[in-house]
Amino acid sequence: MMKKLTPVIEWGTLLLSTGTVCFFMVVILWDIISKGAPSLSWQFVSTLPKAGMTQGGILPAITGTVLLTLITALVAAPFGICCAVYLNEYASDNWFTRLIRAAIRNLTGVPSIIYGLFGLALFVQALHLGTSLLAAGFTLGLLSLPYMITTTEEALRRIPASTREAALAIGATQLESIRDVVLPSALPGILTGVVLTLSRAAGETAPILFTGVAFYINNPAGFLNQEFMALPYHLYMLSTQHQAIEQVRPLAYGTALVLIIVVFLLNLTAFYVRYKYSRHE
Amino acid sequence: MCGINIAGMSDTATKLSAQSLNLWFGSKQVLKNINVAFNKNEITALIGPSGCGKSTLLRTFNRMHDLVPDVRIEGEISLEDHNLYEDGLSVTQVRRRIGMVFQKANPFPKSIYENINYGLKINNIPAADRKGIIENALKESYIWDEVKDELQKPATRLSGGQQQRLCIARAVALRPEVILMDEPCSALDPLSTSKIEELILKLKKDYTIVIVTHNMQQAQRIADKTVFMYLGEIIEAGPTANIFEHPQNELTGNYVQGHFG
Amino acid sequence: MKLALRENIDRTAKWVFRATGIVVIAILAGIFFMLMWNTIAFFLKIKPLDFITGTQWNPSGGQARYGILPLLVSTCLVTLGAMAIAIPLGIGTAAFLSEYAGKRLKNILKPLIEMLAAVPSVAIGFLGIVVLGPGIAGLTQQANGLNALNGAILLAVMSLPTIITVAEDALQGIPGTYKEASYGVGATKWQTLIRVTIPAAAPGILAAVMLGVGRAIGETMTVLMATGNAAAFPKGFFHSVRTITATIAIEMGEVPYETTHYYALFAIAAVLFLVTLIINMIGEYFVNKYRKYHSA
Repeated sequence: MMKKLTPVIEWGTLLLSTGTVCFFMVVILWDIISKGAPSLSWQFVSTLPKAGMTQGGILPAITGTVLLTLITALVAAPFGICCAVYLNEYASDNWFTRLIRAAIRNLTGVPSIIYGLFGLALFVQALHLGTSLLAAGFTLGLLSLPYMITTTEEALRRIPASTREAALAIGATQLESIRDVVLPSALPGILTGVVLTLSRAAGETAPILFTGVAFYINNPAGFLNQEFMALPYHLYMLSTQHQAIEQVRPLAYGTALVLIIVVFLLNLTAFYVRYKYSRHE
Repeated sequence: MCGINIAGMSDTATKLSAQSLNLWFGSKQVLKNINVAFNKNEITALIGPSGCGKSTLLRTFNRMHDLVPDVRIEGEISLEDHNLYEDGLSVTQVRRRIGMVFQKANPFPKSIYENINYGLKINNIPAADRKGIIENALKESYIWDEVKDELQKPATRLSGGQQQRLCIARAVALRPEVILMDEPCSALDPLSTSKIEELILKLKKDYTIVIVTHNMQQAQRIADKTVFMYLGEIIEAGPTANIFEHPQNELTGNYVQGHFG
Repeated sequence: MKLALRENIDRTAKWVFRATGIVVIAILAGIFFMLMWNTIAFFLKIKPLDFITGTQWNPSGGQARYGILPLLVSTCLVTLGAMAIAIPLGIGTAAFLSEYAGKRLKNILKPLIEMLAAVPSVAIGFLGIVVLGPGIAGLTQQANGLNALNGAILLAVMSLPTIITVAEDALQGIPGTYKEASYGVGATKWQTLIRVTIPAAAPGILAAVMLGVGRAIGETMTVLMATGNAAAFPKGFFHSVRTITATIAIEMGEVPYETTHYYALFAIAAVLFLVTLIINMIGEYFVNKYRKYHSA
């Protein structure tokens, strides 16, 4: 009897842990979707908050997050791609390269709140950008940089040497071979990495806390040198700092759902690019 | 001007030559005291077992090792009277004059037309001339009839043999003086192979061709001269018929008869 | 374009690319010096010993106290709790994925785990308040369930995807011959997993755990939202705690620049930075060990 049962128990343990992990995911999705969906409407995503945030929509938070993510992309993508090109195409194995790689690995592990402090010290104070969309975007750009570099380098590494040699052999300089052949070939992989990195940046809260995000801004479009609203911070404020917490709970759920949709849409875009690319191979 | 004269090779029209060439990957010596000369309008085959250094030697002639870390090269390589590694010739100039076709066809991820146009563009060939040059190069490479109606199609959709002929067209469009071929048929079916061999024979009248091959029959079919390499050294070099029928060296004989390889 | 010009551009480009590498080093150095500079400014006002051994964090009281211990203990408590949950679950799931799950099931489970990794921390923290908090409160008869246990569970959820992915990678890397040898002497699938596969994959699994710990220690929003943030010395899992990250998040927005309190927040950030640095270095040591093992 015991002998028959043992494998079931053993297998059951593993199944139970996997089931628990899936259960977490299902609870997260189910709770946010089922309770967020009733708040979702065209009016919710297209109007300003009203009556001290207890009514109205979250348009400024959406535009803020979109603009913030764009600035992040503009900072991190060019720098990240250039650095990955240096590491994969030019760098030889010496102390300088090893130092860069060590720096990238360590930057990946730095807690996001410390990026927030660094952004505060560097962009807000030292460079006099003030608490602003620009300062927050730059801070998130720095946070995203190591991920950009790592994913781009992976994409470049998949390009075979013969592709580079094809260009060099007809008299292209190394830069020309990278610009005209290597980067276009690696583009799908690079794009996947960029979009995944941005999806992570779009959901970040800690780095923007002291660098420019605000609870309420009268101006929905937002300007580079002004404070701005963002979806994750809006959710944080609605769920912890609002004086009528129970009353705004449906709005908080709606915000959470919109945030998750934004993040998942970015992820889906990345997976689509990856899928299309892998089918071409 | 003449290169170093080695057994059986005439010095009348040496185009490309290597003198006392040594090459190391890290601490491992891969080429040992190589002396060789390739004549104008001739096809020279480099043969030898895997790992004998024939591809490595081929790649020294257009400085393909430049980007590989840990490579050390000693000795001289001359294109006519220029030393390829000194003499003020830049690596870009060298590669413009010495084209290369690779083992596996490697067309750019661009259209058929752009594959050839790209090299013309970066090498400053006036836009007005390019169309004619491209057509000509495709005709010279015997692929024009197959692709003339779909020049905008991505090159990666062509068959393996067509891709390789496109790569040859890409090389000849720049009118190089020498074409290096690194086992250009090893990934192709027999029909494509015979097409490419035919093409190589036709190209001989305009170019100096050096071809690395694993295929003894191929060397015999197309090469005027054959160089046999073993463990980084040239064992024997001379007219193809001599190498295959009356090898001077026992190793050569064993290899060409298929005893090892 | 003339050849000489093209070659000059080529040479310049190489330096531009190299410069971005210098920027990366400069960012890390910048973070390091910013933390050190402000920490030194802090230590000029408060004795390091008081900071390290102080059991009170009360910067705004009449008699300001800057003891890091309650914050550090809170961080460790929440992280330990998170790992107590996430390590068995993570390794169990990784083992299930790599040893038992069929290809089809894997194709469903892996994207699900990637999705879990993509959920923003603020959304997880939100669920800590609205779902987990009331649940814990109901079980313990407390007013609200915002305590160390809540934070630990949420951090476990957040670090699970990292642990599962890296551990599964490590388990998959064990050559089939090891397992076959074990089956050959009559071991069951389970015995093989416990006695052969997991021990052989130990460096990779340790790396997974370290990366999970690093992620948990540095996490801000979830603990900020779910642990209640009482500044008192932590008393246990069912009490409110306040981690280093939460303290920075709460207080940095309100302190005037260049006061002792301002410097103090950089000092605790420096401690956090060093701790995560050490954890990640240990993790990397194991990753390298397991890579070497596989290439050998």
